Amino acid sequence: MATPASSTAAQLDEALFTFLLRMGDNTLVLGHRVSEWCGHAPVLEEDIALANTALDLIGQTQMWLGLAADVEGQGRSADDLAMLRDVWDFRNLLLVEQPNGDFGQTIMRQYLFDQFHLLLLRALQDSADDRIAGIAAKAVKEVGYHVERSAETVIGLGDGTEESHGRMQAALDWLSPYVGEMFVSDEIDAEMATRGIVPDPASLRAPYDAALAEVLAKATLSRHEGDFAHQGGKTGFRHSEHLGHMLTQMQWLQRAYPGAAW
Amino acid sequence: MYAQMVKSEATQDDPEKLAAFQARIDAGEKIEPKDWMPEGYRKTLIRQIGQHAHSEIVGQLPEGNWITRAPTLERKAILLAKVQDEAGHGLYLYCAAETLGVSRDELTEMLLDGRMKYSSIFNYPTLTWADMGAVGWLVDGAAIMNQVPLQRTSYGPYSRAMVRICKEESFHQRQGFDIMMKMAGGTEAQRRMAQDALNRFWYPSLMMFGPSDKDSVHSSQSMKWRIKMNTNDELRQKFVDQTVPQAEYLGLTVPDETLAWNDEKGGYDFAEPDWSEFHGVLKGNGPCNAERMRARNAAWDDNAWVREGLMAHAAKKKAAKVAAE
Ligand SMILES: [Fe+2]
Ligand SMILES: [Fe+2]
Ligand SMILES: [Fe+2]
Repeated sequence: MATPASSTAAQLDEALFTFLLRMGDNTLVLGHRVSEWCGHAPVLEEDIALANTALDLIGQTQMWLGLAADVEGQGRSADDLAMLRDVWDFRNLLLVEQPNGDFGQTIMRQYLFDQFHLLLLRALQDSADDRIAGIAAKAVKEVGYHVERSAETVIGLGDGTEESHGRMQAALDWLSPYVGEMFVSDEIDAEMATRGIVPDPASLRAPYDAALAEVLAKATLSRHEGDFAHQGGKTGFRHSEHLGHMLTQMQWLQRAYPGAAW
Repeated sequence: MYAQMVKSEATQDDPEKLAAFQARIDAGEKIEPKDWMPEGYRKTLIRQIGQHAHSEIVGQLPEGNWITRAPTLERKAILLAKVQDEAGHGLYLYCAAETLGVSRDELTEMLLDGRMKYSSIFNYPTLTWADMGAVGWLVDGAAIMNQVPLQRTSYGPYSRAMVRICKEESFHQRQGFDIMMKMAGGTEAQRRMAQDALNRFWYPSLMMFGPSDKDSVHSSQSMKWRIKMNTNDELRQKFVDQTVPQAEYLGLTVPDETLAWNDEKGGYDFAEPDWSEFHGVLKGNGPCNAERMRARNAAWDDNAWVREGLMAHAAKKKAAKVAAE
């Protein structure tokens, strides 16, 4: 991978580092949310599937944040990045930090993210950065399974009983404003795209919308007009109030007993 | 154990059939679902396998309690994988029970309305990260003591489920011990957590094997049927003999002042747990019984709409398929 003359090594590292945080923080935060279901799922198969999804996402986090830590080169580890950053340093989408709500909201959030995640990982398999392509190639298999399962469940519940339909429509309405952030490009994305490392997220919008429309049609659910989008997660400028509470749990041991080995 | 005080059922079957059945068991043959079996054998097995399955399911709760607070990504992944295994164990065991003519939903209803039990151990709270070590080391350790011999139990599906489960349980135990090693060799605070976890989980772990043999009224028929392979006291002794040196290796103190090696019997003498506490926990008065049952009932009731929705969808799909044909 060549370094463009126009961009200093330090700048490139920072853009790459931020991109890797975005990937790793998405999987970390969503993995954490999904793991909150452990032991409380609607049916045993779902307990197993949710734990499995969480496990995949945490495994991907180890890869993304591990690479982020390498790229940063400051001696921090993936665990340091996960456990010792505060809210404003997280770069995940607002969508994934939203609370679980009922099972409908959880599975709708999962599908909305999985579909984006799959398209992104597919494209990242061709990244100019071999390390990223390698992680994407591993993760894409897992995420292919995630999206199959979450789409199927959204369809089943959307086109189920009157109650399940109502709950899924409410989940979609609630979460729709968090979809747009996935496709907003900023200068980090622009630099990564120019370098051939990452696709421009805006380019994923059309295939995403097509896939989503197909699933929602089968689920007999409808998206409301308008594409208002909450923003501030992937830039870290303004997360929702929920992330801080999650971190107080997730980081508690590391914060309370600094320097201990676990 | 995961199945404690399983009441064995009296059997009133044709004596000739019974004798032939017993002969098969004595010859080490496996009984399969389609084979003739005494009603008491079937009912006792349902109770025992069901109780074991319920224990795996309820057992997700005390460990799930720490998944969101696991101290590192690797520990979080290991714990998630473990809890996922336990749910899988529940699934194998419900499947084994189903071969005896009882459905998973029926068994679940019986758990939720209190007609069926799960192991007393899961009614104790997990309070520090060291408890994740202690549970793996002691609770999975005690479970293995009982389940390894059950791989040779007379009922085929149960025996095969045990073979799969035992492999994973020994993995869990090693991971638990690994956490204990880190804690016991860690900072002052971590050592305190490790000792505190042992203090709280020692006697409840001993209770897992069930009451003392002299008070264990249901054992002999089950042992004849090879549903129960060892007596409670045998297994408890084995557990203590295995665990005490491990505690010493960790530099932790077993909370029993009477603990002493007995050369004559080639094992440790140790204090029995407080059996009145044990019976209290079985009756529902353990520290977490009410919370565990509330959590399981909520998972079932609050999500009924999910199961109903998915079933309705499956029915629509089936109907559409039939209409198209
Ligand atoms: Fe288990
Ligand atoms: Fe277990
Ligand atoms: Fe286990």
